[in-house]
Formats: sequence, C-alpha cells, structure tokens
Amino acid sequence: MAQRTSLNRITPYMFVAPAALVMILALFYPISYMIWGSFRDWDPSQSLSETEFVGLANYAKLLVDPAFHASFWVTMIFAFTVVTVEMILGVGLALLLDRNIRGMSVLRTLFILPMMIAPVVVGLVWRYMYHQTYGTFNRFLESIGLEGVNWLGQNPLLSVIMADIWQWTPFIFILSLAALQSLPKSALEAARIDGATGWQQIIYIKLPLMMPVLIVTMLLRLIDAFKVLEVILVLTGGGPGLSTEILALRIARTAREFRELGEAAAMSNYLLMLLMVLTLGMFAFTRWQEARARRLKFAAQEEG
Amino acid sequence: MPTIRLERLVKRYGAVEVLHGIDLDMAEHEFTVLVGPSGCGKSTTLRMIAGLEDVSDGEVYMDGKPISNLDPKDRDIAMVFQDYALYPHMNVAKNMSFSLRLQKRPQAEINKKVMEVAKMIGLDQFLDRKPGELSGGQRQRVAMGRALCRDASTFLFDEPLSNLDAKLRGQMRAELALMRQNVKKNMIYVTHDQIEAMTLADRIVVMNGGHIQQQGTPAELFKNPVNKFVAGFLGSPPMNFLDAELVDEGGTLMAKGDGFNIALPAELANRAQKLALGTATLGIRPSDLEYSADAPDAASFDLNVVISEYVGAQSVLICSCGDAKITVEIKSETPIALGETLRFAVRPEGLHLFDPKTEMAI
Repeated sequence: MAQRTSLNRITPYMFVAPAALVMILALFYPISYMIWGSFRDWDPSQSLSETEFVGLANYAKLLVDPAFHASFWVTMIFAFTVVTVEMILGVGLALLLDRNIRGMSVLRTLFILPMMIAPVVVGLVWRYMYHQTYGTFNRFLESIGLEGVNWLGQNPLLSVIMADIWQWTPFIFILSLAALQSLPKSALEAARIDGATGWQQIIYIKLPLMMPVLIVTMLLRLIDAFKVLEVILVLTGGGPGLSTEILALRIARTAREFRELGEAAAMSNYLLMLLMVLTLGMFAFTRWQEARARRLKFAAQEEG
Repeated sequence: MPTIRLERLVKRYGAVEVLHGIDLDMAEHEFTVLVGPSGCGKSTTLRMIAGLEDVSDGEVYMDGKPISNLDPKDRDIAMVFQDYALYPHMNVAKNMSFSLRLQKRPQAEINKKVMEVAKMIGLDQFLDRKPGELSGGQRQRVAMGRALCRDASTFLFDEPLSNLDAKLRGQMRAELALMRQNVKKNMIYVTHDQIEAMTLADRIVVMNGGHIQQQGTPAELFKNPVNKFVAGFLGSPPMNFLDAELVDEGGTLMAKGDGFNIALPAELANRAQKLALGTATLGIRPSDLEYSADAPDAASFDLNVVISEYVGAQSVLICSCGDAKITVEIKSETPIALGETLRFAVRPEGLHLFDPKTEMAI
C-alpha cells in the first residue's frame, strides 16, 4: 500500500522527465556554459577547461570599455525609438482600420505582410532602396527635384530604425486590432450616447480598456528589439564606425573578430540580465492583472 | 418633454427586411413598453430611436423634428443596456458623471448631481468602487444612475432586467415603477417579459415578426386582444385555445368541440354570425375558469385534472378536454384530486373567438 502511494506520487514527475531532460540539455546547459565562460579568459582555439579563470575581470573590463558603452547606447536608442514609433503607428492604424468596410480584410492582410518576410530579405530589400544612386528613395527625391540623401552613410541609425519600423509595426497593429475588436461593444455604444466624440471614445474608453494588451505587446516588442541582428547586419554591418553596432552585433564581433569568447559571454550576460528584468516585469504585470481580476470577482460574489 | 413619433420605420440588413414600416406615437411623459418574442424587432426599433442603428426607411420625429440623421449624443436621450455597458475602468462616480464631464460642467455641479442621484438609487456608499467590485443588482443601479445623471428628456431601456435573477428582477421592477413616478420623462422600455410590460407600462406595444400587433393600455390589451398572437402573448399562464364549430341551436350560437358545447354571449354571437364562419378558435384565459360543480352544461367544461402545479395561493391545473389540454388557475384551497373529472364554469365575458384563418379576433 505504502509502495503504491509513493509510486503515485512519482508518476507525474516521470511523465515530465523527458521534457525536463530536453530543457536541461537544450536550455540550461548552453546558458550555464556561457555563464561559466564569462568568468574565464577564453580564446576560441582553447577548450573551456584549458582556459584561465579570471573572476569578474571580463565584466569589469566591459564597464569601462567605450566601445561597449557606445553599443549599449545605440541599442537603447534603437530599441526605445522603434518601439515608441511602432506603438504609435500600430495602435493608430488599428484604430483607423477597426471598421467594417468592404475590402477591409484584404487591407488588413496586406498590412501584416512585412512581418512575414525573413529579416535577411528585409535587410537586402531596404539596402537596395537606400542605395545612393539606384535606390528607390533617392530616385523618388530626385524625381521631385530634391537632392538625394546618403542614407546608410550619413543617417545610418535613422535608416535601420525606419526599416525595423516598417517590418514590426504590423505586429503591434494585429495585436491592437484584436484587442480593439474584443472590447465590449455596448460600453462604446453607451459612450456614444453619453456624448463622446470619436476622439473622446478613443482617449477615455478604447485606449484605457486596451491598456493591458498594449503593455504586454510593448514589452514583447521591446525584448525583441534588444536582440535585433539580421536586418542591421545586412544593412550596415554595424557601421559606419560604431554608429549602428547594436549589442547583438558587438557580441558576434567580439567573439569572431576579436577572439574574446569570455568577454562576449559576459556581454551576453549583461543583455540577458536586461531582458530578464523586462520579462519578469511582464510576468509581474500579467500576474498582477489576474490577481486583481480574481479579487474583484470574489468581492462581487461575496456581496451577491 | 418631447413627443416621439415613428413614421413607417423600416430596417433592412442587406436584402432582409426585419422591420416592416413601424408607425407609433408616444405622448409626453409616457412609459411605453415594446414587448414581443426574441427577434420581433423591438430592440432594433429602440436602437434606431437611440441612433445606434441606421434607419433604412421612414423617419423618427422628436417634437416634430426629424432626428434619424443626428448622432446619438445630439438626440437628448439616455439609455440603459441589457448588459449594463458600464465603463469597467472607471469607478461608480466616474461612470455616472461621464457625460457631464464630457460637457465640461463645473466640478461642483457634477459632484452635486452624482451625489443626488446616488442617494436616490442607494449607491452613495459605493461611489469609489469599480463595476467589477459590484454585484449584478448594483451594476444595474449604476446603469440607471448613469442614465439619470445625463438628465435627458427621453430614457431608453433595452431589456434592463433580463440579466438579473428572479428575486432581484422583481425588486428592481418595483424600484423602476417607483422611479417612474418620481422622474417625469419619456420612457421607452423593451422587454420580452410580459409581466414587466404589464406592470410598468402606460402603453404596451406588442410586436411580432417586425410588425406592431397591437398597442394600448395593459388592461385594453389584456381584455380585448386584436388577434390570437396578442391574446396568447399577454397573460400568465397563457390563454387556452380550442378548435370549435359554431352551431346555431334554437337561436343561440354554440361553440361546440371535443368535450364541450358552450353558449356564446349575444354580442359575440352577433359578430361571429356576421362573418358567417363555420369554425373558430375559442380562447379562454385560465383565470376565467372557475370550479363549480353545479354550473349549467352550456356555460361549463368537464375537465379531467392531469397535473396540479401548486404555486402558493394559486394552483395551476393542467387538464384534458377531449384531445386538447386546458390550463386552469384556481385558489389552492379548492379540494381537487388528480385524475378526477370536475366541472369548471366559464365567465361569459372571458370567451374570445378568433378567425381560424386570419387569427384576428372576432
């Protein structure tokens, strides 16, 4: 009898075991390897066991490394700019296209196309469009009598920001549209009767009710923006100089060109910590939301 | 306070016409109830008055002015929705004052108005709660309070009590009746519940299939329904309908059917004879039948009691009369036993006849 009880208790863990094993091998092993490596002076030609333990030296070095600082700030500027602009455009488009007119579903599908294109392809297409003589933008500017712009040379950060906005606004757009369409219809009708104009409905009713979805969307997008790589790699390769060298690119270069695996690992860990804060923030937010909803429901039931 | 007039109001969704030319006049301060089964067009009519649905044809007049092209906010109306439609992110006070805040009224005036209305509907303890923290009945009150704060000339109610449980519904119905006496406004109320309609209305408008069937005071409609639909819809338990042949027996017109042979009162008989009908549908309300062992044959039914439903002071008997089933409402103390065949007298003024083809009252 006692044996059976203990077996019963173990059973669920046995079912979980294969998945847990895969997780440990595929997720925790590489991460621990990276964390361990970040404490060592590590050249790609060495195996990790041959390397010298240097403690926090890699981390300390990064804190005073101007190139890392530059990269860090480029990443911050890039991430916060694209997310801000994408939020404004995405939510704005959703508010505009949330209506039932003929052809709207086709239009909506067209709007989310950029998101479906592979980032490398996006990079190549935009590099062509930014080309100083043949590029779409400069030919257009010249055709209306304006001077061409040296997009990737003179305004590299702006150029990569524009490409990212083009690709990722649709993500915010579809999530906002879904949020909008699940708003309680009658509350909006009540607002119309209460005398709210279109703008007032957006500001006082729609946006506040969409807020939980918008906050999660924003955090997801921010986490993603910190890890951006391909489009920038193809468009500018991080240059000119360090002007568009975002952290992901800096990490790749440190590992491959400078052959400083330990330092690259430390840099990855800094990024990981930053993203962890954002992710935990997102979880905390959703848990807070759920707990609040439960509490309200409970309070309402108590009173009958 | 305006009078409201609907003129040949039509609503189409694509090729489907759901409202077929509604004509209706509502006087000042009148409490009008639109009642009918689901899908009869009553809510659509209300939403067209509110401006939430476009008018396909016809016109809505308020004090003689056409309003069907005005925005809801310009129509001087307030509305209470079936699901309350409260703003979930605002507390009770903010919900109630939303329209006043949009009008940029002075804060002191807004506070005064909200407090006044909250006291009236018993919500002054809950002003800083969010709708999620209130019970169904309280939310319902907030919805009413919001409409009252708006201070509009016309109140629209779209099945406001149908999300409440039976007890609370009865209580809110009484409160509505009270509010109606204190607040002199035009009220248009949509419901599928004929008890709400009967208890609240100055005027009931019975709708079915996108047409108005009949309108009038509750008593008029209950006593003199114009057709079988209205007769069957109003009243609980509903009216009994029996197929009958009309036969002249020695100068008296008799309604003769399976297990009954009832003499018709002279006035009704005259009207039936003018139409020269051979058959008719006989309608009798359950409350117009009365247990009476010594009633004459020509004014009574012999019914076999199949089921007795005890509902307190009254009992509802379901009896068989030939192949037909007849519902009878009697006082509970009447001594009856299941399976017995008993004699029930019918009040002559409780007899209704309907044309079997057109279903119109005779």
